[in-house]
Amino acid sequence: MSFFDDIQKYPLADVQRQINSSTDADVQRALSREKITVDDFAALLSPAALPHLEKMAQKAHRQTLKRFGRTILLYAPLYLSNECANGCIYCGFSGENKIPRETLDLDTIEREARVLHKQGFRHVLLLTGESPMKIGNDFLAAAARRIRHLFSSIALEVYPMEVNGYREMIANGVDGLTIYQETYDPELYDRMHLYGRKKDYKFRIETPERGGEAGLRRIGIGSLLGLGEHRSEGFYTGLHALYLSRKHWRTHLTISFPRIRPADGGFQALNPVSDREMVQLMCALRLLLPDVGLVMSTRESAELRDNLLPLGVTQMSAGSCTAPGGYGEDAEHLEQFSIDDDRTPAEIEQLLRKRGYDPVWKDWDAALMAD
Amino acid sequence: MRDPLVIAGREFNSRLMVGTGKFSSNEAMVQAMEASGTEIVTVALRRVDVADEADSLLSHIDRDKYLLLPNTSGARDAEEAVRLARLARAAGCEPWVKLEIHPDPFYLLPDPIETFKAAEILVKEGFTVLPYINADPVLAKRLEEIGTATVMPLGAPIGTNKGIKTRDNIAIIIEQANVPVVVDAGLGAPSHAAEALEMGADAVLVNTAFAVSPNPGLMGEAFKNGVIAGRQAYLAGLGAQRDQAEASSPLTGFLGS
Repeated sequence: MSFFDDIQKYPLADVQRQINSSTDADVQRALSREKITVDDFAALLSPAALPHLEKMAQKAHRQTLKRFGRTILLYAPLYLSNECANGCIYCGFSGENKIPRETLDLDTIEREARVLHKQGFRHVLLLTGESPMKIGNDFLAAAARRIRHLFSSIALEVYPMEVNGYREMIANGVDGLTIYQETYDPELYDRMHLYGRKKDYKFRIETPERGGEAGLRRIGIGSLLGLGEHRSEGFYTGLHALYLSRKHWRTHLTISFPRIRPADGGFQALNPVSDREMVQLMCALRLLLPDVGLVMSTRESAELRDNLLPLGVTQMSAGSCTAPGGYGEDAEHLEQFSIDDDRTPAEIEQLLRKRGYDPVWKDWDAALMAD
Repeated sequence: MRDPLVIAGREFNSRLMVGTGKFSSNEAMVQAMEASGTEIVTVALRRVDVADEADSLLSHIDRDKYLLLPNTSGARDAEEAVRLARLARAAGCEPWVKLEIHPDPFYLLPDPIETFKAAEILVKEGFTVLPYINADPVLAKRLEEIGTATVMPLGAPIGTNKGIKTRDNIAIIIEQANVPVVVDAGLGAPSHAAEALEMGADAVLVNTAFAVSPNPGLMGEAFKNGVIAGRQAYLAGLGAQRDQAEASSPLTGFLGS
């Protein structure tokens, strides 16, 4: 049974009703437990939990400290292409947008990779739009092969593949996958994705499972905050992580909290998520899933990222550029979205030290998976 | 009285091993190491570049003072662990390895089957192997039989600070072992470490308790003292515990001596 089947037991209306009818007593009970249940999780996501946010944050902080210590893993995104055959109405790369399209050749990819390597990065996330016809498995495999000697860990955030595709990626040095469901609400999902392979909700939601089956070691999930109603989206994200942790018990999971940023196409968030609501979401997920990595990207402002640090974050991007080729030269006109925290990796490293965290550049070794 | 810990013929004055993960800085890590009196420091191979002398973590560990014990954390199976160990040796590390195969990233519990397989290969290749295992007495004996230098049963899952939750099984392992027994993982307080040594464990390994303490140096010293107290109590011989007070006028006193 896939997560797609599993999630049918939790219709959106029921989930929202449960969350919104949670009481103060439900929240207090949840906070008194060492390990919380799914019902407790719903209570912690509810409006009734907002007055208890500080207590949740303290608990989330303690749990993170125990499991991950005072360390933050640093990674960098590397955009390879902004070609896209999907029509996702919220995305700057959408096929609908008349923007210049660019795909890096292998030499440029290596040049970009060297910039990141020199900055200290050993964990890299390769990104593209979704255009498997133009930017397919062969291209990605060649890109990974070309730069694998520079990094300890290579992850992908690209179009969903079949199991064999992921196996091919592993053979070429890839060990991680990030794939956001964007929204777990199937109706909204249908409205947001006008055409293209991404329109297939089921294929997308089963992608982390295919990655796990292929043997990928780190899988990141999340929903795009600002699309669906965030409390239920958080609930489904938690269920998804629980499902994956049981099915692919040898894979490390991470959850991201991407909030919609200004992008080409001018899409406005349907359900804007406030800072307070995002903090609640992060803390509730941390308490449900003490061992899951929580990722904070440069989408958020420097100030907010600094404040979120002790709440359960375990990894961060730094000095990011969301345009293909942007590390080597100015390529702002090609970017997927504009970032908010534009501090350099060295500045982030310094900040982490100042806040009492050890910036970790390497927490994987390519030798683990090499043949 | 000299009372060294002997592992694979090598003597150590300290019975406290230290892990290097989770610290807020390399300086905090060094403080804990120094204060703890440790002589064996374990480092996850995935966290460092063993071939790079300037590696920021490794360059903080004085190899004249500490035995650098590389560990295979991150390995999912025997093949991966063996590959990592070989790479470390090829890069100039001593052929000692703390064998850690915990494929489950949630509780980090060791896989007994893969650990046994990897230990067999590594021992044959001349490594001094210190395997991290669940507190399973039969597995401990099987590993000893194939030539591991120690066994390292867990007190509780890594990072939990819960103390010795596997006490009864660890007692059996200690009773049956012919190699040093090092209680690894879960020790959150000096009293936990003392308890392990009082039971007759030969050493303990501590990491999280130091790393997440606001004062890693002081905590390192506290554990040092806990380990010494536990060992001394073990050597002195603890009195047997009783459920009831023993009557000072016994029922058979009238019989005379």
